[in-house]
Amino acid sequence: MRHYLEFERPIADLEAKIEELSALSQSGGANLDVELDALRQRTEVLRRETYSRLDPWQKTLVARHPERPHLVDYISGLIEDFVELRGDRKFGDDQAIVGGLGRFRGQSVVVMGHEKGHDTATRLKHNFGMARPEGYRKAVRLMEMAEQFGLPVLTFVDTAGAYPGIGAEERGQAEAIARSTEKGLTLRVPVIATVTGEGGSGGAIALAAANRVLILEHSIYSVISPEGAASILWHDGSRAKDAADQMKITAPDLLKMGIVDRIVEEPAGGAHSDPEVMIETLGNVLEKELQAMSFLSPDQLVEQRAQRFYDIGRKGLS
Amino acid sequence: MAMADKSDKGPKLPPAAKSAERRERGGWLSKIAPGISNFVGSKRETPENLWVKDPDTGDMIYRSDLEAALWVTPSGRHMRIGPKARMKFTFDDGQFESLPTPEVVEDPLHFSDGKPYKDRLKAARNATGERDVMAIGYGKVQGVDCIVLVQDFAFMGGSLGMAAGEGFIAAAKAAVERKVPLVAFTAAGGARMQEGALSLMQMARTTLAIQELKKAQLPYLVVLTDPTTGGVTASYAMLGDIHLAEPGALICFAGPRVIETTIREKLPEGFQRSEFLVEKGMVDRVVSRSELPEVLGALMSMLMSGKRKAA
Repeated sequence: MRHYLEFERPIADLEAKIEELSALSQSGGANLDVELDALRQRTEVLRRETYSRLDPWQKTLVARHPERPHLVDYISGLIEDFVELRGDRKFGDDQAIVGGLGRFRGQSVVVMGHEKGHDTATRLKHNFGMARPEGYRKAVRLMEMAEQFGLPVLTFVDTAGAYPGIGAEERGQAEAIARSTEKGLTLRVPVIATVTGEGGSGGAIALAAANRVLILEHSIYSVISPEGAASILWHDGSRAKDAADQMKITAPDLLKMGIVDRIVEEPAGGAHSDPEVMIETLGNVLEKELQAMSFLSPDQLVEQRAQRFYDIGRKGLS
Repeated sequence: MAMADKSDKGPKLPPAAKSAERRERGGWLSKIAPGISNFVGSKRETPENLWVKDPDTGDMIYRSDLEAALWVTPSGRHMRIGPKARMKFTFDDGQFESLPTPEVVEDPLHFSDGKPYKDRLKAARNATGERDVMAIGYGKVQGVDCIVLVQDFAFMGGSLGMAAGEGFIAAAKAAVERKVPLVAFTAAGGARMQEGALSLMQMARTTLAIQELKKAQLPYLVVLTDPTTGGVTASYAMLGDIHLAEPGALICFAGPRVIETTIREKLPEGFQRSEFLVEKGMVDRVVSRSELPEVLGALMSMLMSGKRKAA
C-alpha cells in the first residue's frame, strides 16, 4: 500500500480507480485498455502539476516522505564495496549517522550521512536520524581518515535536528556539532554535501560544511523545523505551515541566497515516486561535481570552501 | 595565578543594613505617594529605576549598590548585563576603543510573524541603543592588549543572525590585524529565526573566523554567560582554546524546556548550568564576575608568552 500525502488525495483517488479498472479488465469483464491509458495519462499530468507547484509546507511533507530514498538507499545504489565504519572511538556508535568507505564510480570515497530508518525497528535503531554527540564525533573521525588518505567526502543530510536529550547534553552535544562543522570546513580534500531530505538546524550543518552543497528539488534546509519555529513564534506548533511559508526553506529560495549551490531535479512525483531514477540522477550529478573539483589543490579546496561560506549574505541578497 | 579549583563566591557586597534602610525608604515613598514619580525628578530617578528586585529573594536592591557589585546579587546570582557594563567591568579602568560592527542586509527574508521583523529590530534598537547583538572593544585587560566581543542578550535574545556573524568575523579580524587575543562573552537564546537558514550559516562562518585566529596562533577565549544556547553553543562558544563560565549560567544546545517535552520528565537541579559543564568536561573553570579580568589577563599573558614569539 502506497503512502499518500494529504495533498496527493486526488492522485490517490485516480490511482485507486486505475487499480479497480485494471482488475476488472484482467478478470475478463471488458477490455478497458483505452480508458486505463487515458486515466494513467491524467494521473501523470496531475502528478506533474501538483509537484510543480508545491508550497513550502507541502515540500516539507515530501522531504519527510517515508518512502523517500534515504542514506542506506543511496549507499546501496551508488557505492560499491561499501564497508561501514562504526564508532567514535570515545564513547560509542550512534546509528543516526552512518558512514564508511566505498567506491563511487571507480573512485574510493568516504561516505556519511543521517539515516532516519524506514520502519519502526530501523527508526528506533537510527533514532529517527537525530544524532547524539557520538554521531558527530564519528563523522569527525571519518573525515580525518578521508583527509589522511586523500579521499573525497560525500555527505547526505537528512535530519530534523540533533537529538535533544539528557545524555546528549551531558556528553557535549554542542561541542560535538561545532567540531564536526569545523572539521568539514578545514578538510584538505573535496567535500560535497547533499541535502536529500530535511536539513534541520545545527544537526544538519555539522555534515554540510562542504565545498559544494547540493539539494534535491523538494528537500528543505532550515535553521529550525517549521514546527519548532511555530511553537517559538506563536506557541502553537500547529502553525508550522505559516512558519514554513515565512522561513524560505525551499531549494529555489536557498539557491537564490547562495546557501546551496545546485538543485538536483527529482522525478515528477518526487523522489519517492521513483527512487531508482532519483538515486541515478544524484549519482550522475555527484560524479560531475567531483570531477570538477579534482583540479583543485588542497589549499585551493580549503580556500574555495571558506570563500563559499564567507560570501553567504554578502552577495545576492536584497 | 593559581588555577586550582577555588570556590566562587560573588564579589563583596554592601552591608545588609544599608540595603535594609534603603528598602525602608523606598517603601515609605511609594506608600505615601504612589504616583510621585510622575511629578518629581527625571525618569531615571523613579523608584522603579532606583531599585532592582532580586530575582531569587524578591528583596529590593539599591540600583547603585548592585552596579557597584557588578550586577551580582547578595545571593551570588550573576544578573545579565549588556555590552556597556561588560566592557567597563572587563577593560582596565573601563577604558577601551569601540570598534564598528559591519552593516548587513536587513530583513533578507521579508519576515513577519504577525509583527514584521523590521519592526522588531527597530524596537530592540530603541530599547538597547545598540544596532544589533555584537559589540567589539579594543583595549587592555590586566595590561594585556586584546579584542573583547560582547553578545547582548537584551537585544532579541542575543540571537545569532547575519549581523552577529559579521560582528564575530570582524572581531576575529581585528584581533588578527593587531596580533592580540580575542575574548568572546557569549549570550544567546540561539539562532535568529527571522533570518532562516542565513542565520544557520553563521555557525559555519564564525567557525571559519576562529580558524584565522588559530592560523595566527592567537588565543581565543570564551566566557560563557547566562544564557548561552542553541546554535551559538554549537559553534563559536564551544571552540575556544579555553572556556570560562560565569556562575550559574545556563549553557546548552537544546534548552531544558525542549528536553523536558521530548522526554516528559523534569530535569535535575543544576542540569546544564556552568558548574555542571565543568564537571562534564566542557568548561575549564567557573569564574565570578569580579575575578574575570584577573583570570583572563593571566591566561592571555601566559598564552601569548609561548613559542609564537620565537616563531
